[in-house]
Amino acid sequence: MITRFLWTGMGRNLRLFVLLVLAVGIVVPALNLLMPKTSAFYVPAYALQLIGKYLCYASLALAVDLVWGFCGILTLGHAAFFALGGYCMGMYLMRQIGARGVYGNPILPDFMVFLNYPELPWFWHGFNHFWFAAAMIVIVPSVLALALGWFAFRSRVTGVYLSIITQAMTFALLLAFFRNDMGFGGNNGMTDFKDILGYSVQADTTRAALCFASALALAIFLVISGAIIGSRFGTALIAVRDAESRMRFLGYRAETYKLFVFVLSAAMAGIAGALYVPQIGIINPSEFAPGNSIEAVLWVAVGGRGTLIGPVIGAFIVNFAKTYLTGALPEVWLFALGALFIVVTLFLPKGVVGLWAQLRARNLARKATAA
Amino acid sequence: MSQKRLLAWLLPFLAIVAVAGSAFAADLGSLVTNLVTGGYSERDDAIKALATSGEARAAPILQALSAGDLYVRNSDKLVVIGKVSASGGSGKLALTDAVTGKDAGTAAEDDLDKVKVNNRLRGTIDAAMGSLTLMSPDPKVRRQAAESLFTRRDASALAALEPALAAEKDDSIKRSMIEARAAIVLTTPDTTPAQKLAAVAVVRDRGDRDAMAVLQAAAQSTNGEVKAAALAGAESVRNTLQAWTQAQNVWYGISLGSVLLLAAIGLAITFGTMGVINMAHGEMVMLGAYTTFVVQQALRSYAPGLNEISVIIALPLAFLVSGAVGVLIERTIIRFLYGRSLDTLLATWGLSLVLQQAVRSIFGPTNREVSSPSWMSGSFHVGQLDVTYGRLWIIVFALLVFAALLLLLRKTPLGLYMRAVTQNRPMAAAVGIRTPRVDALTFGLGSGIAGLAGVALSQIDNVSPNLGQGYIIDSFMVVVFGGVGNLFGTLVGATALGIVNKFLEPYAGAVLGKILVLVFIILFIQRRPRGLFALKGRSVE
Amino acid sequence: MKLGAMIRTGLVAAGLVASATTGAFAQSGDTIKVGILHSLSGTMAISETTLKDVMLMLIDQQNKKGGLLGKKLEAVVVDPASNWPLFAEKARELLQKDKVAAVFGCWTSVSRKSVLPVFEELNGILFYPVQYEGQESQKNVFYTGAAPNQQAIPAVDYLMSKDGGEVKRWVLAGTDYVYPRTTNKILEAYLLQKGVAKEDIMINYTPFGHSDWQSIVADIKKFGSAGKKTAVVSTINGDANVPFYKELGNQGIKAKDIPVVAFSVGEEELAGIDTKPLVGHLAAWNYFESVKNPANEQFIKDWQAFTKNPKRVTNDPMEAHYIGFNMWVAAVTKAGTTDPSKVIPAMIGVKAPNLTGGVSEMLPNHHITKPVLIGEIEANGQFDVVWKTPGLVPGAAWSPILDDSKNLVADWSPALNCGNYDNVAKKCIGSGK
Repeated sequence: MITRFLWTGMGRNLRLFVLLVLAVGIVVPALNLLMPKTSAFYVPAYALQLIGKYLCYASLALAVDLVWGFCGILTLGHAAFFALGGYCMGMYLMRQIGARGVYGNPILPDFMVFLNYPELPWFWHGFNHFWFAAAMIVIVPSVLALALGWFAFRSRVTGVYLSIITQAMTFALLLAFFRNDMGFGGNNGMTDFKDILGYSVQADTTRAALCFASALALAIFLVISGAIIGSRFGTALIAVRDAESRMRFLGYRAETYKLFVFVLSAAMAGIAGALYVPQIGIINPSEFAPGNSIEAVLWVAVGGRGTLIGPVIGAFIVNFAKTYLTGALPEVWLFALGALFIVVTLFLPKGVVGLWAQLRARNLARKATAA
Repeated sequence: MSQKRLLAWLLPFLAIVAVAGSAFAADLGSLVTNLVTGGYSERDDAIKALATSGEARAAPILQALSAGDLYVRNSDKLVVIGKVSASGGSGKLALTDAVTGKDAGTAAEDDLDKVKVNNRLRGTIDAAMGSLTLMSPDPKVRRQAAESLFTRRDASALAALEPALAAEKDDSIKRSMIEARAAIVLTTPDTTPAQKLAAVAVVRDRGDRDAMAVLQAAAQSTNGEVKAAALAGAESVRNTLQAWTQAQNVWYGISLGSVLLLAAIGLAITFGTMGVINMAHGEMVMLGAYTTFVVQQALRSYAPGLNEISVIIALPLAFLVSGAVGVLIERTIIRFLYGRSLDTLLATWGLSLVLQQAVRSIFGPTNREVSSPSWMSGSFHVGQLDVTYGRLWIIVFALLVFAALLLLLRKTPLGLYMRAVTQNRPMAAAVGIRTPRVDALTFGLGSGIAGLAGVALSQIDNVSPNLGQGYIIDSFMVVVFGGVGNLFGTLVGATALGIVNKFLEPYAGAVLGKILVLVFIILFIQRRPRGLFALKGRSVE
Repeated sequence: MKLGAMIRTGLVAAGLVASATTGAFAQSGDTIKVGILHSLSGTMAISETTLKDVMLMLIDQQNKKGGLLGKKLEAVVVDPASNWPLFAEKARELLQKDKVAAVFGCWTSVSRKSVLPVFEELNGILFYPVQYEGQESQKNVFYTGAAPNQQAIPAVDYLMSKDGGEVKRWVLAGTDYVYPRTTNKILEAYLLQKGVAKEDIMINYTPFGHSDWQSIVADIKKFGSAGKKTAVVSTINGDANVPFYKELGNQGIKAKDIPVVAFSVGEEELAGIDTKPLVGHLAAWNYFESVKNPANEQFIKDWQAFTKNPKRVTNDPMEAHYIGFNMWVAAVTKAGTTDPSKVIPAMIGVKAPNLTGGVSEMLPNHHITKPVLIGEIEANGQFDVVWKTPGLVPGAAWSPILDDSKNLVADWSPALNCGNYDNVAKKCIGSGK
């Protein structure tokens, strides 16, 4: 029944789009596993991994859009939630290495042996269980978002002040995780993972499963977001975005709306980060870099803010361009990427999706005049 | 020994026979040969031998060796002093025979073998030069000689120190010499405890870090009384230094604050008053730094005499370059985005990528050398406070820029227009202000000031394509902390963050200190959601 | 019906993305591809771009000599943009998509750590040209830079000697990441072994890109005024060095009083600094541009001609690539193929001349033999070699000074075939099979 509610809550386009995401999540891994390597339809492991990465980024972009596009909060620190989710997953994966590290210590990860840790720090306990790590992946980013949002929204910090606070948050976390004394592996972070849930992370089947899981997560996020936006809550949310004071005067508690969405979005980013880490094979503090958060905002802008399909498309376009250009034009790719951002802001204020809608509207208008 | 005394001793001999002269030269010749052959230990002894030989040529030879100007000519193994000659053409060195001091023609560097010198030898030379130059007619040289004797504490210098002390007229140099003597007395084992106790008092009164080093070394003494006195002396020096440490922290904080202020002040205009979230601000700073580099390069080739003021020449040029780029950006990109403040963030971020890559393509990815003029290098003391000239000038410069900007905004018609446009654009347009022109000029002004900051930062940081990235986040923090749209807020914000940072650093370490500052900013904005000095009225939204 | 159309579209879209990403897959041709994995943008571009250029020059020279195994070499350049996950992704792209025979790349430890699993999984070859922290030996990686025993320990030995100034008090200053942490840990253990008291060692870590050195330099000055000869051992990372040295110069710390010996400052870094105030400060490397010998002079001439810049300097990691590339060429020639499973065993024992007049050899632990040189900074931005080891020093993967690793050895020759073999327990621990 709930599924039914969620399903009907979405628009037709979104429903089709969710199916498309799922189709990608099924077809790409299937082509990788089932096709012979010589076939034209074979998807090599390298491409499979890329698509898995794009799917995780798309989830992050969706999370950003939920707060920026529908709530009016320009967050410049969402990559922090992504990275925290990633770190929780990384800690689980580190514990799974067990005695296979270079120093052969069954409990302590290599970097702790190296830094002379006598025993596991308290915050590492429990991460050997997947269920615990899975819970933390959601809880840690949510709690941070709750704390930050609770204070910020109640004090009515808005606009650019809020953006700068989120940036300060991710910058502070970046510096903190760089410190070797923190117990998270310092600059090198965590890498050289072996198993996830007992399956080797390097096996093709595991990769295929992770890629599918990323697609599934994105699809679920799309459905949830669609349901929220389509509900009465969503209407109120958009009203808060457009005229916060008026909503307050009408008796709505604007901060509650914002807080709910902010926390939800942080949890989504955390899950996306957790799926990203085993596919990429490393998590380190550079994921907290303020530039990463800004880039996530740019994906949303390129795709189309305030739509649910836009951020996904934007994440795919920008990241595909980056993958392609860093290989094809290594010397000048930054010119192309920089120009893309400028052009999109100047000429496509509603992003690629907005352009699509614009063209269709023009087409319809022409048809109408023709008729 | 002085040159005069040596000459007086030599003159009669010179007059009588030339043979005596050549024998003397042969003697010096062997000393010099020892100087350039063998391992460091043998050469160390050779330096001491030459220094105590009383030869007049000893000082110039040792000086050349220390400076790395001493060579052996490949063709005839003659030891020569080589100097880059003004007329000798490129790559040629003008040579002087080390022993005779006569001109020995010119040679390319490839035909010479450079005499190696390391820190140990330089130290020995320093100590030797200390005794050799104690009687120099130049007071500066005498002072330096006394200071280097204090740090070197070479027992053999005591003999030279006594006559020099007797001859010295300048009180402050005399003081330095007495301190040097005390330091030597303390480190020489065969002085009496009474002498040592007196020396402890002299060194203690000096009261700086070097004195501390001498006293701590003296505290190793076997004589109980001397040991106790040295320890007590060290303790008293430590206490004075401790008090000065707080002053030092404030100074460092102000200095860091001035750097933050310079970096942020341009942003206070483009972001603070115009509302453009200018992520390319750091790149404007970078352009200013690269302008300094280009100016220095150009001066080096065309007007080497102006090198000392290259930084000053670079200032207006950097302002123009960054300002012009700023106007260009405003006209081509920013002006389409007014009222879409958050969108400016995206466009300028893209712009910053492009500018970084452009600089990387033009100047290469590596750091570029920007040298500091001599009036910006070195330091002086205020009590036990070390004040470096470079930092001092940057503070002065930051305040000057701030004052000039304030004047411009408050007292000129342009400033009036700027304030009018940023506060209420439609109204300003209605009363006849050409808003597009003012917009372009305001953005150009903010960028130009960033360019000025770049000139200053080129003196203390890397001149590389990443220069701006390092300052952009800090700049935003400063402007937001101080209150968007308020110049005084930026001033107070920068200084406060600088000082807080520097007071935290000794206790928490550089990284944790910075994290604490960031957390402090986050919490502070919860308390005051519009920064330190919030603008009143409707203009903020 | 709608759904069916949707899924069809989905399939097509997925196919498009997949085929676009795998793009130019099967590039045929009679060339041997060599991957170059150095950051050309971002923070590390400062150091790494030079290495890309030197690789292009070496490949160009090899092609002029007739290529390798009768084929031309082709460089495949990618930009991992100083982004560590991107390093892993690009490594995979080079190995799987471009099918390169070997990869020359990485600078930072974290970038190397990031690509290790990829090279292991796909059995590629990586040449890593930078001095690093050691405590690692991986089958697919050849470490042509210095291990700690080829840089840090000899430098400290020199400073403790009479010629070095008989240093008794030590400041170990570094950027907070794994290379300085490891190096300082090894040095601390070594100094304690040598009888240096614990209070005579000060360890300080700063973040990347640290630019305000006032307090730390003042601290060093304070630490140095205890009446004993003091030296600073700096493992400060590239970018932060310029402001660090500028502050040293400004606060008047002279090499004669407190010498600084650096492990990450070479000719390239000095090119961005006015070195006059720094004369006498030291660096320890395995190569300096100022070393006089015909091979080096030729190399410098070629390099300046290749970059069309008569002032372009050379540095130690460039020499490491020079050695590594020549070793790889020799091993491929020996094996008669570029197949990594044949080339990797063939690498062991391969010799190639270095640029300081010796011949380096690839050891079974995948490190090489190198001379250690100590140079003092000169006013012209070059180093004057003041001391050098009598012979070549073999690189040790595992430090014998640390308790964790004193029993470990790496040996990839067929007998042991292990990167971390425990000599006492007589077994290969952990993942090293």
